[in-house]
Amino acid sequence: MRLITERPDTRPTPAASRDRGGPQQPILIVNGLRKYFPIKGGLLQRKVAEVKAVDGVDFSVMKGETLGIVGESGCGKSTLARLLMHLIPKDEGELIFDGDPVDDIRGLSLRDLRRDLQMVFQDSYSSLNPRLPIQDSIAYGPRVHGVGKAEAAALAADLLNKVGLRPSMFGARYPHELSGGQRQRVNIARALALDPRMLILDEAVSALDKSVEAQVLNLLSRLKRELNLTYLFISHDLSVVQYVSDRVLVMYLGQVVEIGPVDAIYAAPRHPYTRALLDSRLSMNPLERMSEPPLSGDPPNPVNPPSGCRFRTRCAFAESVCAERQPRLAAADGGAHLVACHMADAESGHGRAGLSAPLH
Amino acid sequence: MPLDALADATPAGVQIARPLVEVRDLNVRFVSRDSRTNAVNGVSFSLQAGEVLCIIGESGSGKSVTMRALMKMLPEGKTRIEGYLRVGEHLIADMTDRQMRAIRGAEVSMIFQEPMTALDPVCTIGQQIAETIMRHEGCSRKVADARALELLQVVRIPSPERRLKAYPHELSGGLRQRSMIAIALSCRPRLLLADEPTTALDATVQAQVLVLMRKLQRELGMAMIFVTHDLGVAAQIADKVAVMYAGRMVEYGPVAEVLNSPRHPYTRAMLASNVHGHARGEDLDTIPGSPPDMRRPIRGCAFAPRCKVARTSCAIEPPPVVHLGPDRYFACIANDASAEAAAT
Amino acid sequence: MSDVNAATLADFAASEASPPVRGYWASVGHRLRYDYATLFFLSVIIVVALLAICAPWLAPFDPTKTAMAYRLKPVGFKNFMLGTDDLGRDMLSRLLWGGRTSLIMGMVPVGVATVIGGFLGVLAGFVGGRVNTLIMRAMDIFYAFPSVLLAVAISGTLGGGIKNGMLALTIVFIPPLCRVAESATTLVRGLDFVEAARASGATTLSIILHHVLGNVLSPILIFASSLISVSILLGSGLSFLGLGVEPPTPDWGLMLSALRSGIYIQPLVCALPGVAIFITSLSFNLVSDGLRQAMDVKA
Repeated sequence: MRLITERPDTRPTPAASRDRGGPQQPILIVNGLRKYFPIKGGLLQRKVAEVKAVDGVDFSVMKGETLGIVGESGCGKSTLARLLMHLIPKDEGELIFDGDPVDDIRGLSLRDLRRDLQMVFQDSYSSLNPRLPIQDSIAYGPRVHGVGKAEAAALAADLLNKVGLRPSMFGARYPHELSGGQRQRVNIARALALDPRMLILDEAVSALDKSVEAQVLNLLSRLKRELNLTYLFISHDLSVVQYVSDRVLVMYLGQVVEIGPVDAIYAAPRHPYTRALLDSRLSMNPLERMSEPPLSGDPPNPVNPPSGCRFRTRCAFAESVCAERQPRLAAADGGAHLVACHMADAESGHGRAGLSAPLH
Repeated sequence: MPLDALADATPAGVQIARPLVEVRDLNVRFVSRDSRTNAVNGVSFSLQAGEVLCIIGESGSGKSVTMRALMKMLPEGKTRIEGYLRVGEHLIADMTDRQMRAIRGAEVSMIFQEPMTALDPVCTIGQQIAETIMRHEGCSRKVADARALELLQVVRIPSPERRLKAYPHELSGGLRQRSMIAIALSCRPRLLLADEPTTALDATVQAQVLVLMRKLQRELGMAMIFVTHDLGVAAQIADKVAVMYAGRMVEYGPVAEVLNSPRHPYTRAMLASNVHGHARGEDLDTIPGSPPDMRRPIRGCAFAPRCKVARTSCAIEPPPVVHLGPDRYFACIANDASAEAAAT
Repeated sequence: MSDVNAATLADFAASEASPPVRGYWASVGHRLRYDYATLFFLSVIIVVALLAICAPWLAPFDPTKTAMAYRLKPVGFKNFMLGTDDLGRDMLSRLLWGGRTSLIMGMVPVGVATVIGGFLGVLAGFVGGRVNTLIMRAMDIFYAFPSVLLAVAISGTLGGGIKNGMLALTIVFIPPLCRVAESATTLVRGLDFVEAARASGATTLSIILHHVLGNVLSPILIFASSLISVSILLGSGLSFLGLGVEPPTPDWGLMLSALRSGIYIQPLVCALPGVAIFITSLSFNLVSDGLRQAMDVKA
């Protein structure tokens, strides 16, 4: 049982020595990130509307923590992941990775960022090339970064070991010969191949069966400890997010509505949407059945989000002020817990503003 | 009132004693040129009128196949179905395709995980509902249109007049799933088959659809077989629960008993591996390994290689079915006191 | 630690049951090996090709040598196994030699068009945006004309001859191949593994070579193989109209055209080139179909 095999470090710089800002420097700072997707129509393919997928998002991720991002489909969480990975260009905003702005001219180059920041996708099948044996898929990244063929192969074998797949048995296999859980292990190995410091896990366990999900979650927490990783864990499953995260960020229609320590948010949500999300979790006890759904209606279309507070159309506490002004993300209590709701802001003019008690 | 109209149509002549659905020794095999998959192996169950059965299992456990076999909705030519299958007074195995078509959508209807692929993209929701009604009941367009509107009200679709004229792609996921439920209910089925209908929905919408489905099922007195991998969904909607593993039903019983005091090691392990309410930083109790390859015949208990309480005999002979009551059984050799003590 | 160990052990158990490790192309080969119908028609093509290649040694007579005394003789007449044509030339020799031109007319334009159309299509599909619009709209212009008309128009403009005929056919086949390649590439480009490759910092060229080509090759090849029979027929059609191969060079299409006046005298002999075209193009079609079935497997 050699989990971490001793191997000569073939890569240019080990992850640890790439730490620049020290432990207090957030590994990632996101400022005012915005992305609108144009909808083209008509004969001339003119822009007729915009999907406001990510609309002014700010947050930071500390070194070594797991930040969970939750929200419903269309809230922009997957777009956010792709923006952070620079897989799609941003419209506006700033990304600072360990103190350095990500910018080809002045700061950290895209190529360097992609060594430090990697991503695991939801669909374990489509994220592996069906025509390549899995060891080649894993070795591809290092090869691109100039690692020799033999070294890259050794690295791939080592990584397969790390994720609990025996290289001699699985290395030469093709993705369709593996189960969903095994494929997701390969995807994790592939993401680790460049020795990143941070992983974005975009619904990485959502498509797996529950018992396999548990295996992969255990693997992720072990890897995080051993490799000193930081995770950005995107999921729609609130129970999983609660289990893995240190802090949680809740998104609704392209904006952050609440962010804070996981226990604070799960124990006392300040935003009505967060509360509805938490109440929508299904109890495992058949005697505690839901009699009324906590929230009615579907999330509105991000093409034309409601004015003011975007959640007001589904909110039980909406008042006229909610339609007029957009609530700002501000400290709810003690600083670490931020919420964007007029009810949490004493000066907003909302009827329930300043009521110190959390929504219960 | 739309609901009364639907409730009137539930068959009056169903006797309590005779279950609405009866399945005995169902075997389903998929045969292809180079392999033979034993998808369902000797499944038996029955369902009373107005009862909700949840079939729980992971992917490949045969839960969906079991349900689809009831409607013969499996790829023809590649599938071998054996066993006794009865729905109402119909013996499914003996029926021709034509007879099956008459039942599908009328007495038995089905809803799917992804409504977008199950709805016709070039017809409006209203047309699709009305056509189903006209096909099975031969009524006029006008009557059918009126019923379509009623149905959208029944499934609580806001501004139903407008939605009748909408195409599937113009609706959100939740509204699409409600429309599909409306189509499924259009001919007042006695049995509704649901294949993970809430899995693709958002958490808040899933809660809405589940509450709605339970309400409709009660009001219409309709029986339902609900396939899911989510124990939380089963806890919300089921009367009875059947747990499937590797094509077999390993545990069956009333939902509260199965979820609160599971007897089969697989059910126990599945409940234990759930992250729900698990403390952070603590490893989850996982079930090691992966389910068996269904292309190979399985001697003994299929779960034995992953089972914590397995003994040598588990790999040799199939586990005995232990009946704890008329409605409660599990299939495991470890039913004596010592095993129970070890597991609890 | 124990978690991983247990998982690895269970992987052992699971892998025992798994099928042998086999690459994509090897598994296509494996499936083809048991597809007897496809194998049969493939062997028909091979026999036809061998006969055409060996024409100089197999043909009993010079295919262009006329003999006015032996015009339109029936099958089995003296030394003429398959009879003679309207100028007294030996049909067997002409069919053998004609097979060469017909097969070349069938395969070369498709081959060249696959390379050019495939390249343009992959480029358009992967780069997208303006490049895509430019390439695909240019292809659409060709689509505006029926393919037969287009082939006739091009080779009519260029003048007769086998080279111009092939050039015309190549131009006709580029747009459909380009379109197939483009749509296959667009599909692959949207898949996560291409995103993942980009996320690892790979260049566009490297992604196309390592990740895109392998996945778009099979749809392109399947489509191209189905075009071969079309190309044989179109090539024969051009010759029939006097645009492709010029007499006295033997070619199945040309022979069919020249013999149409003799159909009332020796119907069997005059139908022979048609039969040859029919068998060859049918075989190509069926092999292409078999290839599709063998390749078109969602692993």
